Amino acid sequence: MEKEGKLKFEVVTPYGLILSEDVDEVTCSGSEGEFGVLPGHVPFFTTLKIGMLSYKKGNTVKYVFVNWGYAEVGSERVMVLADSAEKSEDIDPERAKAAMKRAEERLKKAEEFDFARSTSSLERAVARVQIAEKFR
Amino acid sequence: MPTLRDIRKRLKAIQSTKKITAAMKMVAASKMRKVQDRMLNFRPYASRMQTVLSDLARVSAREIHPLLYLRPRKTVEVIILTSDKGLCGAFNTNILKAGAKYINSLKKDGVEVSVNAVGRKARDYFRRRNVPLRKQWLGLSGRITYANAQEIASDLSENYINETFDEVIVIYNEFKSMISQKVTSMKLLPLGSIAGEGEQKGEAMTADYLYEPTRAAIFERLLPKYIEIQIYRALLESSAAEEASRMTAMENATKNCSEMITKVTLLANKVRQAGITKDLMDIVGGVEALKE
Repeated sequence: MEKEGKLKFEVVTPYGLILSEDVDEVTCSGSEGEFGVLPGHVPFFTTLKIGMLSYKKGNTVKYVFVNWGYAEVGSERVMVLADSAEKSEDIDPERAKAAMKRAEERLKKAEEFDFARSTSSLERAVARVQIAEKFR
Repeated sequence: MPTLRDIRKRLKAIQSTKKITAAMKMVAASKMRKVQDRMLNFRPYASRMQTVLSDLARVSAREIHPLLYLRPRKTVEVIILTSDKGLCGAFNTNILKAGAKYINSLKKDGVEVSVNAVGRKARDYFRRRNVPLRKQWLGLSGRITYANAQEIASDLSENYINETFDEVIVIYNEFKSMISQKVTSMKLLPLGSIAGEGEQKGEAMTADYLYEPTRAAIFERLLPKYIEIQIYRALLESSAAEEASRMTAMENATKNCSEMITKVTLLANKVRQAGITKDLMDIVGGVEALKE
């Protein structure tokens, strides 16, 4: 296998190209569980849930927050089409924490119909906070 | 010979026209910048989506989703994207001309055409020529949202699945640069014929993918989304092109006004001087007459 090859890792959202880099390893949280990608992976297509992507380049590991999306994996590339995404350094931990609190409160008194919305905004906030803390 | 007062009136009128066109140019410029930002940020997403989908579509069987079915081409839906407002140069004329030509060539081939108009200008054009419109979307230009694209896309998907038409062509103005727009036609449906957008060719994948959760579930969501994205992109491109075109048109109008102002000012001066000369001659004539 082409072990020494690099993966072209790209994250795009409707609001712009978030990331485009050559990396060694990518870990994603797919809808059916977490998976890792090394160069030479078989073609693979999955939906992503709210959560974290991490990628390794040399010895540094970096994190990206994604909010739903798709990932296309090929032997030399990983393409993530997300509804929205943020690099860990772009996340404001204070804001994320405030959003988490807000979402928790809303969830407590949530009417049935916006239960789903509150849950997903809580999920988003939790993921953001986790990433922000990991980064620090 | 116009009187001095007439000329001055005309001069005033031209001056105020110039003010208006200059203001419209500024407005168009700021609107364009806004749309352009949105469009430039959206472009990579849309083109990646296209690449991904073309890979998926190439290796997948057509039976998997109704949007992938290929049918013999009996009816073609043509969507033409124009603006709601005028005063934007040749923007609408070009696109409508290209659209009408395309429709005629389809009709010559014996294909039924259903027309879908986006923007007031397209509606008026086809109404004047007694072309029935299957659908019309008004009031979009200037405030395009993703929801608009979703609405149009879901209408298209539904009618494609119901076999109202067997092919969809979108004709829109692509934003090339501030000064040039290109009339582009894009085949939106059937999806099987999607070609990737150049940049990532060469590493074409031939093996089928592994899908999670299942292929059907992914296609169920991805295909409609793809159509929405393409429509949204075309709407953004068209609206950026519209504002750019309006900006150039208004700039030219302002220039022409300045030119006319110089000309009319010259004329006004000439008439004034002629008047003075005439008065002087009268006076001199009077003096001469008194001397005798």
